[in-house]
Order: sequence, then C-alpha cells, then structure tokens
Amino acid sequence: MEGLFALYIVLLAAFAGYEVISRVPTVLHTPLMSGSNFIHGIVVVGAIIALGQAEGTLQTLFGFIAVVMAAINVVGGYIVTERMLEMFKSGAKDGSDDGAGS
Amino acid sequence: MNSGIVTAAYIVAAILFILSLAGLSKQETAGRGNLFGMVGMGIAIIATILGRDVSSYGLLIVMMLIGGAIGAYLSSRVEMTQMPELVAILHSFVGLAAVLVGFASYLDPDNNLVGTAHTIHSVEVYLGILIGALTFTGSVVAWGKLNGKIGSAPLMLPHRHLLNAGIGVVCLIILFIFLGAGKGFGATLLVIMTLLAFAFGIHMVMAIGGADMPVVISMLNSYSGWAAAATGFMLSNDLLIVTGALVGSSGAILSYIMCRAMNRKFFSVIMGGFGTPSGVASAADGEQGEAVAISADEVAQLVGDASEVVIVPGYGMAVAHAQHPVSELTKQLRDKGVNVRFAIHPVAGRMPGHMNVLLAEANVPYDIVLEMDEINDELGDVDVVIVIGANDIVNPSALDDPGSPIAGMPVLEVWKADTVIVSKRGMATGYAGVENPLFFRENTRMLFGDAKDSVNEILKAV
Repeated sequence: MEGLFALYIVLLAAFAGYEVISRVPTVLHTPLMSGSNFIHGIVVVGAIIALGQAEGTLQTLFGFIAVVMAAINVVGGYIVTERMLEMFKSGAKDGSDDGAGS
Repeated sequence: MNSGIVTAAYIVAAILFILSLAGLSKQETAGRGNLFGMVGMGIAIIATILGRDVSSYGLLIVMMLIGGAIGAYLSSRVEMTQMPELVAILHSFVGLAAVLVGFASYLDPDNNLVGTAHTIHSVEVYLGILIGALTFTGSVVAWGKLNGKIGSAPLMLPHRHLLNAGIGVVCLIILFIFLGAGKGFGATLLVIMTLLAFAFGIHMVMAIGGADMPVVISMLNSYSGWAAAATGFMLSNDLLIVTGALVGSSGAILSYIMCRAMNRKFFSVIMGGFGTPSGVASAADGEQGEAVAISADEVAQLVGDASEVVIVPGYGMAVAHAQHPVSELTKQLRDKGVNVRFAIHPVAGRMPGHMNVLLAEANVPYDIVLEMDEINDELGDVDVVIVIGANDIVNPSALDDPGSPIAGMPVLEVWKADTVIVSKRGMATGYAGVENPLFFRENTRMLFGDAKDSVNEILKAV
C-alpha cells in the first residue's frame, strides 16, 4: 500500500503544481523558473539523508559532493531570484515617481 | 527530534513551497513567494538534520557552508544577461546530486530489503539515477550552448530518433538484468546505465536548435524536479516526493505555455532538430535584395518627429548591455511627448521573460512593456519600430514562407509600421540560422553597429 500512497501524493502534488502555474504572466516566467530552480534545491534533504546513512568511504564521498551541489543550488537559486525580483520592484517604483535621481 | 515532529515540519515546508510557487506567479506577491520558499527550505533542512537519519553534524554543516558560499558567490556576481546560463548550470547540479544520492542509496549496506520491497527500491534507484544523469549532461550542454561554448545549430546525427529509442530500450533491458543482479554486478550495471543516460542527455540537447533554448531550459527545470521526486521515492522521503513532483509538474506546464506561445508542438521541440531542415537551404539562398543602411543621426530625426514608437528588444540588446541607454532614450522621447512602448515576443532572449527582467533592471516602467498579443494588431499605426538585436522573432517568413524552418511561429509584425529600424552588428542570421527578408523590405533601414553604441549615438542626437 505504501507505493500506492506515494503515487497518490505525487498526483496531488503534480496537480497543485499545475493549478498554481497555469496562469502565470510571461513577465514572470524567468523569476518563476529561477524560483522553482531554487526549490529543487530540496534535493539537499535527500543528500543530507544519504550522507547520514553513509558508511563506506565511497558512499560518504558521494553524500558529501551531493550535499555541496545541492547547497550551491539552494543559495544560488535564492539569491538570483531575489535579485531578479528586486529589479521588478525598483522598476515599478521608479515608474511611478519617474526615476528621480537615476 | 522524533519522526512525528519531522513529519509535521515537512508538511509545513511543503505548504510553504506551494505558496512560494503561487506567490512567484503573480507580480505583486513574487517577493513574498521567494521568501516563503526560503523559510520552507530552512524548516526542511533543520528538520532533516535533527531527524533520526543524521548523527554527525560537523562535516555536514561545513559541506553545506561550502556549497552555500559557492552558490552565493556565483549568483551575486552573475550579470543579468547571463541569467539563463546560471539557471542551466544550477539544474545540472540538481541532476548530479540526484545521481550521487542514487548511488549512495544503492551502496547503503543497511539496506536489507527483500522481495517486492527490494524490487521497488531497485527500480526507484535506477529511475532516479537515470533522470538525474540525463538532467545533468543535458543542462551542461544547454549551458554550453547558451554561453556560446557549443555552437547553437542542432546536431543532426543520422537515425537520431532510432538512436534515442535504442538507448531507451537498452536502459530498459539493463533494468531487468539489474533487478536480478547481485550487489557487485548491479553496481557495474548502474554505472553503464549512467553513462548511457549521460550520452542520452548530451544528444537530446545537442539536437535542439538555438531558437528552442528557452523551452529546453524550462524542460530541464521540470526534469530536475522529477529527479528530486525520484530521490524521494528511493529514500522514502515524502517531502522530496511532494516538492519534486510540484516543481516537476509546474516546470512541465511552463514549458507547455512557452511552446504554445511559439506555436510549436511540445513533442517536436523535444524531438529536436529545429533550425536546419534539409540543410541550411534558406541561409544559402543568399541575395534577396539590398539592405539600406541608416545613420544614428537620421534615426534620431525620425524618432524625434514620430508620435508612436515601438521598441522590439532581443538577445542582442542583452549581449550589448544596451538596456540602460535604451531606457534613457525611452525616457527622453517620452518627455518630448513621443509615445514609446516596448513589444516583447514571448521567446525574445534566451529565456521567457528575459527581456522583461532586463528592462526592469534599467527602470523602464512596466506599463509600457507590452506582450506580443497586446501590441501586434496596433503595429500598423506605429510610425517607427526600432528592433534592437532581435531577428527571428520579427521574421516575416514565419508567416509567408511555409518552407521556412520557423514557419508558423507567431512573430511581431513590425513590417506593418511606417518605418522599421533594425539595429544589428551585421547581416548575420539569427539564432535559428534563418535568413530574414525583413532586412530587405522597402521600409526597413539598417543601423549597423553594436547595439549599445548605436543607441548612445541616437541618444546624443535626439
């Protein structure tokens, strides 16, 4: 039953993904992609567990590299998304008061 | 921390991720969306570290700090124009992490599953590594294509569909042998399959032409989500399954939305080969007439006298970092009472929304930045259209020439305007490698030179 339950979770999550994304404006495609890129950094959880269970040298090494890779993704993805969104914010603000000082 | 609390934390994290994606899909809530994501990620990581699976913290935290520092370094020094490359390379890290987690999980000696449970776990490991591996090499190739290290033309191996199908069948056969194999031989089989998946990933993206790159990035985005979900299956971690499936499906939908914007069939994009049907026929046809050049001063004159100006930016604007002078020009013209607007093709640049980000960076008010559907019908009433570093997205042969490789792709119908000014470095073809008859039209004037220099000169003369 375990397997079926997991499949059920997948379907619900996939549906949630569909519902949430289906009406996104073009303007936000890039930040959204970057944001979801940041969210796949969740693989870091898998990497941490793999490392936690690791016993052999090879297994530990794999775990370490995986943790580093995933951590790069989490932090990198977050900062890039933040930088992009920052631009939208300043763009909107300067648009209304006509870019004083720039 | 007991597993009940970990599960509760995971549920909270999963909800935060959903809210994060929902937030990111609306302009007003985007910043909050990203924050939700970070809080969710923080909760997930802390819960995992404190959970029963982890007992030693020292090295783990060091590794996370190293990774985090590299990520922070890469992302804070990257230029906005190189954003697509960064996103592509980040996808490859997720793919590689999934491959490594898969191998680590396979090698785990504590893993004494038997019978059906063993078979299921083996299939999960196998699929997780497979998806991770092709995401990894596919993303590396996409990264290479975007930054020009690899040519953008699609690689057309003979019988490539057969080749792909062949790799698929071989992987399937190996899966069945793998299920019956012991630990040592199984590892060898996994390595062979990984190499095959690497080759598949390379071939898959190599075969996709430059013009379809935005879709490819989005597709790889989806794949790396599924890779994370597969990792969740093999580790029996519900949070990974939920989050992976969430970003996997949202990535797939995003790819589909992009394909629809380009009027391309999703499957034909994935099958690749866009850009060079039966050789480079149209580019080789050569002379189509004479292109008329124009000087920056004349352009300044034209736009100064116009009442309706539309600017169409493309990847060339990004490369030349021309967005700031363009923004300045827009501001000056608007102060003079010229109605300047921007027309953004859905796939202008190398990522959807790429141009919007750049224009936002340069403080162009976003209410004058319009999408293709909003402005295409009005282009006939426009006095001057300035095309800056765009090519394929304003190519009339997409509409009039059924034999053109980009036939059927919706384009900005800029030629309907009174005058079209094309700022371009030379007469080279665009990313899709297709000749553009727009340059030879009677109402088209070519402004040769680097986009930034050209715009700066216009700015001086206005």
